[in-house]
Amino acid sequence: MSRMISYRDALNEAMVQEMRRDPRVFVYGIDVADHKRIFMSSRGLVEEFGPDRCFSTPLAEDAMTGFGLGAAIAGMRPIHVHMRVDFLLLGMNQLINMIATHRYGSGGRFSVPMVIRAIIGRGWGQSFQHSKTLQSWFAHIPGLKVVMPSTPRDAKGMLVAAIRDDNPVIFIEHRWLYDVVGEVPEHADEVNLDGAKVIHPGSDITVVATSWMNVEAVKAAEILEKRGVGMEVVDARSIAPFDCQTIIDSVRKTRHCIVADNDWTHCGFSAEVAATVYEACMGQLRAPIRRIGFAPTPCPCTRPLENEFYPTAVDIIRAAEETLKLSETDLSHEDFYSYENKFKGPF
Amino acid sequence: MKEKELNLSLYQKTYLIRRAEDAIRANYASDKMKTPMHMSAGGEAIAAGVCQALRPQDQILGTYRSHGIYLAKTGETDEFFAEMYGKATGMAKGKGGSMHLTAADGGLICTSAIVGTTIPVAVGAAYANKMQKTGKVVAVFFGDGAVDEGVFWESLNSACVMKLPVLFVCEDNGFAVHIPAEQRHGYKSIVEIVKHFNCNVFSAETTDPEAICKLTLQAIEAMGRTQRPSFLHLTYYRYLEHVGINEDFDAGYRDRAEYEKWRKADPVVLQRKNLANWLSDEEIKAVERTIDDQIEGSVRRANEAPFSRPQALYEDVLA
Repeated sequence: MSRMISYRDALNEAMVQEMRRDPRVFVYGIDVADHKRIFMSSRGLVEEFGPDRCFSTPLAEDAMTGFGLGAAIAGMRPIHVHMRVDFLLLGMNQLINMIATHRYGSGGRFSVPMVIRAIIGRGWGQSFQHSKTLQSWFAHIPGLKVVMPSTPRDAKGMLVAAIRDDNPVIFIEHRWLYDVVGEVPEHADEVNLDGAKVIHPGSDITVVATSWMNVEAVKAAEILEKRGVGMEVVDARSIAPFDCQTIIDSVRKTRHCIVADNDWTHCGFSAEVAATVYEACMGQLRAPIRRIGFAPTPCPCTRPLENEFYPTAVDIIRAAEETLKLSETDLSHEDFYSYENKFKGPF
Repeated sequence: MKEKELNLSLYQKTYLIRRAEDAIRANYASDKMKTPMHMSAGGEAIAAGVCQALRPQDQILGTYRSHGIYLAKTGETDEFFAEMYGKATGMAKGKGGSMHLTAADGGLICTSAIVGTTIPVAVGAAYANKMQKTGKVVAVFFGDGAVDEGVFWESLNSACVMKLPVLFVCEDNGFAVHIPAEQRHGYKSIVEIVKHFNCNVFSAETTDPEAICKLTLQAIEAMGRTQRPSFLHLTYYRYLEHVGINEDFDAGYRDRAEYEKWRKADPVVLQRKNLANWLSDEEIKAVERTIDDQIEGSVRRANEAPFSRPQALYEDVLA
């Protein structure tokens, strides 16, 4: 049975059901058990499972990342939560030098079943230390899985799969997705951690998107659909391992490709997607691949500059028009997403 | 354990470490052991004494200088030497080398080439043991250089506030690589500072394995009694260079006279004297021959063993 719930509730439900199923699962991190409960995604956990299995930690991201490694090796299944991806930078030594290598360095005798949830901030003045994504940093390193679910269904299913996986999984959530509502099964069904997914079908152009950029891409596809242009949106979902086949299949059909990554483009995931598509589809492409991402600057605080920093559905529409050599669509009557409708701040 | 058995076991451990490293030194020039060796020589009393106090199911973690604790905890030399020779029969199939030792069944979780990095891992393992009521003790070894790292303080603080059964073992040889403590520490005494944390603090400057074993037992007992971590500070002298198999007194950062002073209280010689209270010289020589034969056999088998096949490169990245 499915019902409509939010991304936030889907995350919460995945943790609750897995903690009921498996006493080895525990949730920890700065403020996971405080009154705000990580934007309410960890609500109810400390009440049901007690302070030994859901606890706030000292401000010690480095040690607490290594703590998860030790707990995982010794038989537990940790979920470490960071309110911003940016804070995970303090744990990079443990993540890259220790966690990612532990299985390899032990000749396969140890495994590290560990989930690190990290949230991307955006809007209402998040500025340059609360807004990073960094998925290509993590995905660059062998030994880590990296996923970025963009729907409530995937948020639940991929978190369930991540908790059950015997590898370290970086689970990146966009704060703006928390209020997205969608159909989610009541049962704790897994969604594979290694597959991209076509979330909007089309035959004229492929847009490969990550995280929040899927919302922008679907909006762009809906607008272009009205003038008969078929935009296929592929949610990459899994950054590592990377499911290039679903993307290649789509591009072979549409022969046009845009990559809209929720990140900077330089040395980023969008470059990886573009290179992979070129390697597989060079002769079939009818136009160069275009990449859309953040402006190559730190993220600014003030709204007018932030508007310049982030790409939107409009940028995807304009890129598609140029790629397909179409005239500009009249967007004057379209209604685009504005966070002011959701947030009053602070958050 | 009776005093005789205790002293025999301690001697077996110290002698095994010293002779295994002698074998590394004797064979290093062949250039078949292509791995950076950080030798334990001089620190055998700590490895033997602390590991003697632990039970087989207890867990340890160490640094890049961990030959001593691996050998003391496991008594095993086949996988050890095979790993040094980079062979498929090594515990990490040759992927780790001297700085990355593990013993999944022997209780060695890992050692690390980056200073301080195993300390928080030990705290997490202690949490897992507490949650699963395994009763296991986790001991993490680190040098005095590690206390310069923020992660040491984060880990100590976290373990104290979470009341976790973890034994912090600071092996203090006075140098972080080549930099003496006076140039690194803006305080007088690490032991005095740690006393302000909610944990049990013990310290000693001795090369006597039996004394260290008994102090470790006190530290473990205190951990169980107080439900707090214990911190054990042990001073020793590193005989050889930071990395490599040679002496380095000509480098000028430390004085041979200091070495000669410590050498007079060499832990292996000291423990042999301890054991002589219980065994005759002939009996001790028989113990030594058994260990020498074990090492010789392991070195021979490591030499003869195959390297991992090329495909092994891609294995064990993910489960």
